[in-house]
Amino acid sequence: MKVLVAVKRVVDANVKVRVKADKTGVELANIKMAMNPFCEIAVEEAVRLKEKGKATEIVAVSMGPQSCQETIRTALAMGADRGVHVKTDAELQPLAVAKMLKAIVEAEKPGLVILGKQAIDNDCNQTGQMLAGLLGWPQGTFASKIDIGDGKIDVTREIDGGLETVSLKAPALVTTDLRLNEPRYASLPNIMKAKKKPIEEKTPEALGVDVTPRLKTLKVEEPPKRKGGVKVASIQELVDKLKAEAGVIQ
Amino acid sequence: MSALVLAEHDNNAIRSATLNTISAAAKVDADVHVLVAGKGCDGAAKAAAQIPGVKKVLKADDARYDHQLAEPVAALLATVGKNYAAILAPADTFGKNVLPRAAALLDVAQISDIIAVVSSDTFVRPIYAGNAMATVQSGDKIKVITVRTTGFPAAATTGGSATIEALAAAADPGVSNFVKQELSKSERPELTSAKVIVSGGRGMQSGDNFKKVLEPLADVLGAAVGASRAAVDSGFVPNDFQVGQTGKIVAPELYIAVGISGAIQHLAGMKDSKVIVAINKDEEAPIFQVADFGIVGDLFKLVPELEAELKRRAAK
Ligand SMILES: Cc1cc2nc3c(=O)[nH]c(=O)nc-3n(C[C@H](O)[C@H](O)[C@H](O)COP(=O)(O)OP(=O)(O)OC[C@H]3O[C@@H](n4cnc5c(N)ncnc54)[C@H](O)[C@@H]3O)c2cc1C
Repeated sequence: MKVLVAVKRVVDANVKVRVKADKTGVELANIKMAMNPFCEIAVEEAVRLKEKGKATEIVAVSMGPQSCQETIRTALAMGADRGVHVKTDAELQPLAVAKMLKAIVEAEKPGLVILGKQAIDNDCNQTGQMLAGLLGWPQGTFASKIDIGDGKIDVTREIDGGLETVSLKAPALVTTDLRLNEPRYASLPNIMKAKKKPIEEKTPEALGVDVTPRLKTLKVEEPPKRKGGVKVASIQELVDKLKAEAGVIQ
Repeated sequence: MSALVLAEHDNNAIRSATLNTISAAAKVDADVHVLVAGKGCDGAAKAAAQIPGVKKVLKADDARYDHQLAEPVAALLATVGKNYAAILAPADTFGKNVLPRAAALLDVAQISDIIAVVSSDTFVRPIYAGNAMATVQSGDKIKVITVRTTGFPAAATTGGSATIEALAAAADPGVSNFVKQELSKSERPELTSAKVIVSGGRGMQSGDNFKKVLEPLADVLGAAVGASRAAVDSGFVPNDFQVGQTGKIVAPELYIAVGISGAIQHLAGMKDSKVIVAINKDEEAPIFQVADFGIVGDLFKLVPELEAELKRRAAK
């Protein structure tokens, strides 16, 4: 079974972004970028499936400017076999990404597609579900466990009340949650090896997808700031304050 | 045109997140309809009809909607949703699962996690773990929206009298089956609607300490118990306790963070709480920058002290 994973290049999770003075977006110049953490989990899961003999080949796809090839290289260093880069400087929104992934899935014919549940930049949590809908495939979102069976894939999902297990007819789409696995660090030899693995370049036009944004960002602003409060010296004082000033406890 | 709210329910009752979603929907379009898709969901449909402001309830009662799996429910939304100006669901694991799939089937974008409605096509949503607020305008014919429930008040549950219309089931993709649910059992209030939350982090050191140290405090306060990702990843508490950017978003009257450092991703889930209290032994911990009241010290001493003090005053 071939497994396809999508990987997004985002601002590193440890960076606290700042809003641009002209309110057109956030400051991205000279900021550390990394693979979206949920995409790392997706790659790790694919590699584990290959190590267990359940997957035969792993294709890692990324979309965006030239720099996305670094993100694909990271996936290749973790154990993916080859990359596909849809090169464009255009703004890409989830629906357009899902449509381009659909075109790639139709060409590659994987038995399983794994995406991260959300990208930590726009926090949309959409692309996997959209792709599954466009393909007419079943979806196992927010996965904390994947079991590959015969012609079916069982997925344990993290839901608000606890856990839910669904059984999906293959081919299927899965989006990862935090507890699915702990991604590995690529070893130096594997980073070297990854440099020789092939990355195929494509364009939105070649895939036949109109990527024109459906949503227009009118402005981006700072959130209201919370004023840091006071430090209290004792529990007595804390309870006094909570009663008197905050009025939240009787 | 009208706005359609996809109800989250257990066939008998409407879940509270739907009530906040209805308030958001009313700001997008005054004519609010509610879709109840389930099996034996008469009770939920009747409950929805009593919510003031709801004009019509669409009831799709069929075995294929029993566990409200994304595949059949999105297919239904793609049919009934065509005639609506907007389709909304709560931005929780239910809405997030179903709605983007429906949006793709309708060939429209989704606007995720809105916290404010500026006009019928313009919305405010947090990005980058809430470190920026984006105002976005949709050019699509149908606005598909998930709603951050803490951004909107809950609609009342009585006083309305909407008509209930039975809806034929839509085609079932038939590609997925429900196997089981393992729900965390708790007598406590639900995290996302609790007035008081006591949350523990890595500083708790074990699940046992959650039980012995944190829960007695939660009991005195009638609070829900939450956690940081570190506490969940360490196996102290189940996944559904996680508060944060990639867990639950909460905004209680009082949030007490115990042994939590205050990473951006955690703050993203709780910084809209009315009053924040932090208990941490590290006076430099970032959590103190958002806390209204902070106390520096060992949680294993301070939490039992707080519990005792609250009990003592309650007894007076
Ligand atoms: C993609 C991604 C998504 C994430 N999503 C989330 C999310 O949704 N929610 C979330 O919470 N995190 C999330 N995180 C993780 C986040 O970055 C932090 O790692 C996490 O919140 C830290 O948890 P913590 O504060 O419990 O642990 P730590 O940062 O280790 O802090 C423990 C704190 O406990 C204090 N402490 C220890 N012992 C005691 C004691 N005896 N008495 C008093 N204080 C004590 C310490 O001083 C310290 O401040 C995410 C991270 C990534 C990369």
